[in-house]
Amino acid sequence: MSVNGTSEMITINLDGHEVEVPKGMNAIEAAKLHGKEIPHYCYHPKLSIAGNCRMCLIEMGMPMRDRGSGEPILDDNGIQKIGWSPKPVIGCATDVSPGMHLRTDSKSVKEARNGVTEFLLINHPLDCPICDQAGECRLQEFSADHGRGYSRFIEDKNVKPKRTVLGPRVTLDDERCILCSRCVRFSQEVAKDDVLGFVDRGTYSTLTCYPGKELANNYSLNTVDICPVGALTSTDFRFKMRVWFLKRTNSICTESSVGANTTVWSREGKIYRITPRRNDAVNDTWMTDSGRDLFKPYESDNRLTHYTVDGVHKSPEVTAKAAADILAAGSVAIIASAHSTVEEQFLLREIAQETEASVSLVKHEGDGDGILLSEDRSPNMRGALLNGLIADLPADDLSSLASQIAAGTVKTLLIVNEGLERLGLSESHLSQVKVIYLGAFANAVSQNAEVVIPSLSVFEKDGSFVNQNFRLQKFFSAVPGPRGLISESGFLAMVVAGLANEQARSFGIAQLWDKIGQCDGVFHGLNWQKIPDEGLALDAGAIADLNFVETKNLKYNPASPKLVEIDSSGI
Amino acid sequence: MEEQRLIFKHIDAPGYTHDIDCYLKHGGYEQLKKAVTMKPEDICAEVTASGVRGRGGAGFPAGVKWKFLDRKSGKPIYLICNADESEPGTFKDRQIIHKDPHQLIEGMLCSAFAIQAQLAFIYIRGEFFEGYRILEEAIEEARAKNLLGDNILGSGYSCDIIVHRGAGAYICGEETGLIESLEGNRANPRIKPPYFPAALGLYQCPTIVNNVETLCDVKHIIEMGGEAFSKIGTPGNTGTRIWCVSGHVQKPGYYEFPCAALTLGELIHDVCGGLQPGRKLKAVIPGGSSSKILRADERFKGKLKDGTEFDWGIEDIPMDFDSLAAVGSMSGSGGVIIMDDSTDMVEALANINYFYAHESCGQCTPCREGVPWMRKVTARMCAGEAREEDADLLNDIADQIAGRTICAFGEAAAWPVQSFIAKFKDEFVEKAKAQASRRKEGKPAATETTLI
Repeated sequence: MSVNGTSEMITINLDGHEVEVPKGMNAIEAAKLHGKEIPHYCYHPKLSIAGNCRMCLIEMGMPMRDRGSGEPILDDNGIQKIGWSPKPVIGCATDVSPGMHLRTDSKSVKEARNGVTEFLLINHPLDCPICDQAGECRLQEFSADHGRGYSRFIEDKNVKPKRTVLGPRVTLDDERCILCSRCVRFSQEVAKDDVLGFVDRGTYSTLTCYPGKELANNYSLNTVDICPVGALTSTDFRFKMRVWFLKRTNSICTESSVGANTTVWSREGKIYRITPRRNDAVNDTWMTDSGRDLFKPYESDNRLTHYTVDGVHKSPEVTAKAAADILAAGSVAIIASAHSTVEEQFLLREIAQETEASVSLVKHEGDGDGILLSEDRSPNMRGALLNGLIADLPADDLSSLASQIAAGTVKTLLIVNEGLERLGLSESHLSQVKVIYLGAFANAVSQNAEVVIPSLSVFEKDGSFVNQNFRLQKFFSAVPGPRGLISESGFLAMVVAGLANEQARSFGIAQLWDKIGQCDGVFHGLNWQKIPDEGLALDAGAIADLNFVETKNLKYNPASPKLVEIDSSGI
Repeated sequence: MEEQRLIFKHIDAPGYTHDIDCYLKHGGYEQLKKAVTMKPEDICAEVTASGVRGRGGAGFPAGVKWKFLDRKSGKPIYLICNADESEPGTFKDRQIIHKDPHQLIEGMLCSAFAIQAQLAFIYIRGEFFEGYRILEEAIEEARAKNLLGDNILGSGYSCDIIVHRGAGAYICGEETGLIESLEGNRANPRIKPPYFPAALGLYQCPTIVNNVETLCDVKHIIEMGGEAFSKIGTPGNTGTRIWCVSGHVQKPGYYEFPCAALTLGELIHDVCGGLQPGRKLKAVIPGGSSSKILRADERFKGKLKDGTEFDWGIEDIPMDFDSLAAVGSMSGSGGVIIMDDSTDMVEALANINYFYAHESCGQCTPCREGVPWMRKVTARMCAGEAREEDADLLNDIADQIAGRTICAFGEAAAWPVQSFIAKFKDEFVEKAKAQASRRKEGKPAATETTLI
């Protein structure tokens, strides 16, 4: 089955209405397509079917046929009879087939849900007032929707461990666990780190790690995300904030070229957590644990917070003019960054063209894990290529830069977000040239720079990245940056205006995209509004044939980098 | 009444031992020799013609089960003998294993040949230490005589049998739970669809799981032919059944009779020596603890499958699959539990609930949470805290379990509760009233119980 509608459509009868659904889809997803919710706990569209929660019980019937002849059996009105299954079936394991009849809100279905809800609650601690999951808890929601509202249970509840430390980032409350096994299946099937399992039997079944192991893999926090109740909690987030106070902002993970779609949860300018956002073409519903911590460095004291020219705090406008003046002198080398957004890279290219500067780029690489952490540890290498900022993949080192400085052919350096070591330079090299530094953190380069331009984090600005599959994805500002800072694209636009001796005027990202969309190339005809929330697959042309560093991972195949295998079993 | 033994023919006979020499002396392995010269599909046809129904509990026709086998997959086919006999009240399979293991091995090899399985397993209940040892010994004896292993009797057909011990869980008797356990996992039953053993069984290969007694029947079907076998008993209820009688009778034990050859009354009075003097029959659980209880003073009226009407008292019920199903219970695994008027029905149900709550695998919600809840309710009732509304509550909980679970354990645990409440609700209410009045008199509410 594919997302682009090539799958065969069949007709089923859903609660008395004939509807079209893709063949082979399960009943939960088929009903969802037509606005009917079949409640479920253990079913997850990206995991194998367990069928253990029994919440998705529905009635299923097939048109009756004579066993011997295969002829349809008709009723008195000449309509084929429906043979209803004597027992309710689970929606998650019931794949639709032509003519199938489903009842998702009949009396017996409601009774079944009511029964399951009552059973799940009898041994549940009912500690919603102190539970982190409250507000995003399936058990809480479905109890309100399908429960009886009072308890018939007067016996003693089971007692289980309340705060099992499963690993460095996950803490388990076993009393809240409904034993849906999502976390167990995730560990086996996605993280490929089989450490979780149940011990004991029956009502005393308890989730735990295998002896001597811990849930320490880089995907452990996904188990917290998919836990339908408050059993698995993030040790970092636990007891910090009620989820309904948090603002959700769509963002993109900058950890690697995978570009996992994320949601940033913030309140009053402070980020509390980052969770994955479903995108079947990029990250399914997962993200790395390490990617969730990326907002923390920006809370450090090492952050650059002021525009400075020759060590003196200046306004952005004055700083931009000073930078333009230095650049206008020529002999410029730009050390750009694959961490910059598409928009910033576009403006840097304009600056490079205006000043006839040479542009190079430092690559950041590490080991890939074959899942959602690729070898290229920058979010936007392909953006730099598509923008024409660089023509080829960056070289292993910038050894020529030092010799160019020594030879006097480079007199000005515009460095984006790099330290001395990665540049292959020493402080004495910097003393021979004028340095414009654009970055978020203070380092040896910023300390020796004539002009320092503090940059905003991905959480503090709007922009877009192009991921490993040439998917253009946009992100939005979740929290304000340090007081007085404007986005780099706004600042660089002022530099461009200064170089052209135009009146600098600030404009937003939409206007900037109007300009990007006018250029030839892959971005032609695009504008900010045209980039959908789920991203836009670009046709990279010849650039796709470059020898990229990524090896096979969840959604990337080096053999056909543009094709993404999408299992859209649950759209 | 005289027993008419087929499977138990030699069991307990004087001088009959479980070694292979004794078995061969009594005509053993002749059917295997015959089977390997037959066409496998002919054996399957004989088994279908015999009408033999599964002896493990569900009573599903074995020949039909074999027909479901996915033979086109190209994957190996496995035969599994379900020797996890753990339904309370049932003790027939262990007699076969202990006293006539070669009959089982011969039956298995004939069946394995019929379905063309190259490897067969005996999944034996963990508590059967002695049975395990005997089976291992018997297999080695058979192997030494080339009755098992490579190129059996020079026929070109090879089949081996592996004995696997369970670890003490009732749920391992459920066929998909058994398969999971055999694969080395927790015995969590699988969801059906898609995991029907005949298509996706052991190691995702086509698999047939049959009860010990059913597999022994196959040997006799080959011996006498499917047609002749089907003449034993009545149509649809062919062959013999081994009734394991326990409870308040003078001579509890195992008794083999053709299906429908005797009534429940004859079984109790003529075969088992009747009740203890001065006692009256109160109830019978006819097919292992999970089958629905029958009340002694009930009249059972209705129609059989073939249309004949019946009007029976409890002692008139013929002992076969269809009659026991027609009166609202089942012949199950053949475990007949007799209760006389000294039985406290609340305590009896508390005992059954204790068992099922302890044995629930914990995989799916209704069974995991519902069955222990029923256990807690009945235990509380016995402990002196019974409420008049508890009977309805118990029935409600059972209704919420039955039919909504992954495997048939949900029904197995719910049926006793549903039937006890349906037939003895007055005793549950009475218990609450009696406890209340004792409490009012300042006496302890609970009377002495014998709960485990």
